[in-house]
Amino acid sequence: MSMQRIDDYEARRGHLSELSEKELEERFWQLANQIVDPLIDLARTHTTPSIERSVLLRMGLDSLMAKSIVDKALLNGVLEHGAGHCVWRFAVISGLEIPQAAERLARGEGWEKVKGLFGEGKNNA
Amino acid sequence: MPDYSLDPHSKMNIEKIMENLEDYRPRRRGWTWRKLIPRQELGPFTYSQTSKGLKASQPLPAAGFFGGIDPQPECTISSEIASGRFEDDLRRMRMSAYHGADHMMVIRTAGQSHFDGLLEGTPEGIGGVPISRKQLRATRKALDLIEDEVGREINLHSYVSGVAGPEVAVLLSEEGVNGAHQDPQYNVLYRNINAVRSFVDAAEAKKVMDWAEIAQIDGAHNANATAREAWKVMPELLVQHAINSAYSVKVGMTKDRICLSTVPPTAPPAPALRLDLPYAVALRELFVGYRMRAQMNTKYMESDTREVTVTHTLNVLLSRLTSADIQSTITPDEGRNVPWHYNTVNGVNTAKQALVGMDGLQEMVEIKRDGVLGDRVRELKERAVLFLEEIIDTGGYFEAVQQGFFVDSGMYPERNGDGIARDIKGGVGTEVLLRAHDYYAPVCGHFGNNLRQEGVNHTCDKIGGCTLCVPEKIQWIDELDEEDNVNQRLEKSRPFREEKLTPEVQWAGDGILSMTLFLPTDIRTAHFAALEIAKQMGWEETEVTHKQVMHPAEGTVLEVKGKMKVSIDPATLEMPEVEERLSAEVIRQKVKERPMLGVAATVGQDEHSVGLREILDIKHGGLEAFGMKFHYLGTSVPISKVVDAALETGAEVILISTIISHGDMHRLNMQKLHDLCVERGVRDRLILVGGGTQVTNEMAKEWGMDAGFGRGTKGIDVASFLIKYREEHFSNKERD
Repeated sequence: MSMQRIDDYEARRGHLSELSEKELEERFWQLANQIVDPLIDLARTHTTPSIERSVLLRMGLDSLMAKSIVDKALLNGVLEHGAGHCVWRFAVISGLEIPQAAERLARGEGWEKVKGLFGEGKNNA
Repeated sequence: MPDYSLDPHSKMNIEKIMENLEDYRPRRRGWTWRKLIPRQELGPFTYSQTSKGLKASQPLPAAGFFGGIDPQPECTISSEIASGRFEDDLRRMRMSAYHGADHMMVIRTAGQSHFDGLLEGTPEGIGGVPISRKQLRATRKALDLIEDEVGREINLHSYVSGVAGPEVAVLLSEEGVNGAHQDPQYNVLYRNINAVRSFVDAAEAKKVMDWAEIAQIDGAHNANATAREAWKVMPELLVQHAINSAYSVKVGMTKDRICLSTVPPTAPPAPALRLDLPYAVALRELFVGYRMRAQMNTKYMESDTREVTVTHTLNVLLSRLTSADIQSTITPDEGRNVPWHYNTVNGVNTAKQALVGMDGLQEMVEIKRDGVLGDRVRELKERAVLFLEEIIDTGGYFEAVQQGFFVDSGMYPERNGDGIARDIKGGVGTEVLLRAHDYYAPVCGHFGNNLRQEGVNHTCDKIGGCTLCVPEKIQWIDELDEEDNVNQRLEKSRPFREEKLTPEVQWAGDGILSMTLFLPTDIRTAHFAALEIAKQMGWEETEVTHKQVMHPAEGTVLEVKGKMKVSIDPATLEMPEVEERLSAEVIRQKVKERPMLGVAATVGQDEHSVGLREILDIKHGGLEAFGMKFHYLGTSVPISKVVDAALETGAEVILISTIISHGDMHRLNMQKLHDLCVERGVRDRLILVGGGTQVTNEMAKEWGMDAGFGRGTKGIDVASFLIKYREEHFSNKERD
């Protein structure tokens, strides 16, 4: 549904013609910021499998384990709480270090426990 | 710290680089800019726009005329490296750095941007290398060694795009990568990765990059390369730069690490600067405080390396007329094949030569801001503002993308209906989840809502530190594929790296070579004749890489590449002994003990005098500086006159110089000199020396001289030869 339109620059620019160079530049940045504000809000409030894998990498897991855990967290409906959150909470309640907890989760163990922690994916703090 | 260092006279030991990688840690993090030295004196000149010189480097070819100076511009010079085998790229990086590059842009293998996760190990790539932890660590280690060799920080660069952006950003940060491309618009428009996912991922990736102080380069230049008429996307380019820049600042990046990838939209035969200069000015006026990465135009580039080099030079002119913080280079052969070693270096030298040549340009020349240029600048800004207004009126960025606003070939607000349209729900990687209220990520460099746990000062305290704070926690995976890995490739290429010699353009032992030939015929006949010639020379896999009509009937110039099964054992080569040169002290002493008298002239119809004067002149450290006495007879001197003068003055040396080699003038003159001396019966008591730019010692001896000296000869070389030759052939006794 791409549009075709002849160059109507002269007709459109009327409201800009009186702006000083500085005002024009300020308008440019004000509009650019207005466009990205909702995008930033989206980023602040959402997450993705790649973000979650990147969190697990920073927790000291290797890339294969990070992928395995994020895939399972997604399947179990708990990724929205944070994959790192899952691993950390599971480690705490099981009395394990992070690497051992991660290994068990990557093997597919312990996910029922993790789900229980978050009340079936409900948003509880 | 590296466990070995480079010796300038030895090849880099790749096997050594690959050792102990598991424990290797990068020396520093973050981007390093060169530092301007406002008034730097180098040789006979003062420079306004240079930085600290290198400890070891290869200067421009003409540097020999200026005492070998190698001024380094104040801006970063990028080198594009993309062969598919990173282990061979390491040697190329060393060559490139040695010529003045300090930003190594390693191109990724085709398809990596759609790989949902990190690649591990060292598989071979296509058109670039698979970026993995092992590849990055080995590359960073090699660059650390190269830094020590040249004496300057070198920035390693990669890409944080694709579906695995945040993970790649973490990997790059952990492995000491210094610069990276990051622009969600690139994912959306050119990789068809889901738009929402791209922007959500980008915020995290940028946050991590900011932690690691990685310099970011955006992706706007791709619109240049994609749009049908690249110069018409100028308003859109300003919009794309603005979206990524504003987004990056909101994530927390500082402006001085946000680089705009800016490409002049045209190239000759378009009136390039008339279009490109107003655009460059508009961009720099709108984006104050941001950094400029000037890339050359690649849209209008074919197989002619000369044409590409001129376009590149014009682009550097634009950089010098406005500004550039990073001057990128495109290899002049990019239009014909995967870049070759020496073309990568050529690109670096084009940038260095042009930047240094235009040093301080703005102190003498300024842009006429009012008038036609100002009108164009104003128009471009207004068109960009109108573009932004319509994005908002349409319902925002995603809606604009759905409606094909971007990469339309019309000059906005003109629209040709050929833009790239992406469905907001479509594309690769659509999983985006709303974070729960208790969302938590116990790591640093994380963007967005993150429930802070009680009793925590630092985000990663709960886990005893993340890998960004405690790098010892980084996990190492060596290889996942037993066959497709660097060890196997090194095993195969070892003979060509250690014992034997075969031509190489990108990989050790690739056996590729190329030739330039002119054929006096039409282009089509020339094409097939050239291939046949290569075949008869024993070349295989031949290909015409470039051809250009000189005249439709009179001839065609071509470049042909091919492979040849040839390998040389350097130990079996017959090479003339390197002449040991006497020291200036010894020469002076010998001349004192026994004076030396000679005559010198430029012979034949030749008015060149500079070369010979430099060999003779006391000021240039010539023969006179050692106490030798020479009668200079002038230019265009007949051979018979030279011999007469020698006999009259009792000279024992005749020095002739011939620059012109047309019609074998240099050969004929030397033979004539020899013959005439024989005829007069004085050949035995004279030392005959021939010089000139086209002369070699072997040639001159064949033509009857006792020695020949070519390009790059210094007075001391000739003086040393004369003393040694005299001692060997005319002992004092004989002469008495």
